[in-house]
Amino acid sequence: MELVFEIEGGDFTSAGNASSKIKKVLKQLNIDSKTIKRIVIAVYEAEVNIVAHAKKGILKASIGSHFIEVKLTDKGPGIEDVEKAMEAGFSTASKQVREMGFGAGMGLPNIKKNVDELDIVSEVGKGTLVKFKNYF
Amino acid sequence: MKISDIQKLTEARIVAGDLLTEKNIKKAFSSDLMSDVLTLDEEDILLITGLANVQLLRTAEMADIHVVLLARNKKASPEMIQLAKENKIVLLETPFSIFRASGVLFSNGIKPVY
Repeated sequence: MELVFEIEGGDFTSAGNASSKIKKVLKQLNIDSKTIKRIVIAVYEAEVNIVAHAKKGILKASIGSHFIEVKLTDKGPGIEDVEKAMEAGFSTASKQVREMGFGAGMGLPNIKKNVDELDIVSEVGKGTLVKFKNYF
Repeated sequence: MKISDIQKLTEARIVAGDLLTEKNIKKAFSSDLMSDVLTLDEEDILLITGLANVQLLRTAEMADIHVVLLARNKKASPEMIQLAKENKIVLLETPFSIFRASGVLFSNGIKPVY
């Protein structure tokens, strides 16, 4: 099964819509609730990252019998130093993002904590690809 | 603690959800930072916050939190109420500050997450 969502940069009202739909699908598949929570927290953090930093993005989730693979591709500023962005507390988020309750530099580390495989490829000035996989 | 007791102790108003649910809340977490809430490993806790926006409800949904207390007279918007209802989240508004609400609930037996 493949689910595809378009994500608009700056649209905080809709941030989380894709994660919410993915959560509903995973629930219907009777996957253990702890596993669902890990997956959707990673998806939500990644979705909020696109809304907070990029112009727009695409989220593709492929669900197999024992895994989910999520790919988020965005057109945005890119990440200058991925290793630094993975450090807890490092953030380039705007004041507006912080007022929404995010931007504390915990998104990428929290994605890493909740997924089984993670791959980030970024080009400054073009965009970022975040790809992760969880098994169940 | 029952949700109805949380409501009485914090003089809260219920704006979404069912007060009479038998849910038993044992632990709570107070934060305005959603990133912090998303790092919690516990589910089914009470979230006390001063952050009143749609992302609060999205965060609660993803983190499997079913009871949210808005502190210091923050009002839930119609969109927030709608999202709370869709996800069966009980949403309460208290005139108490985060500190006072946390203190009252703590002294009546609600445990901290950490």
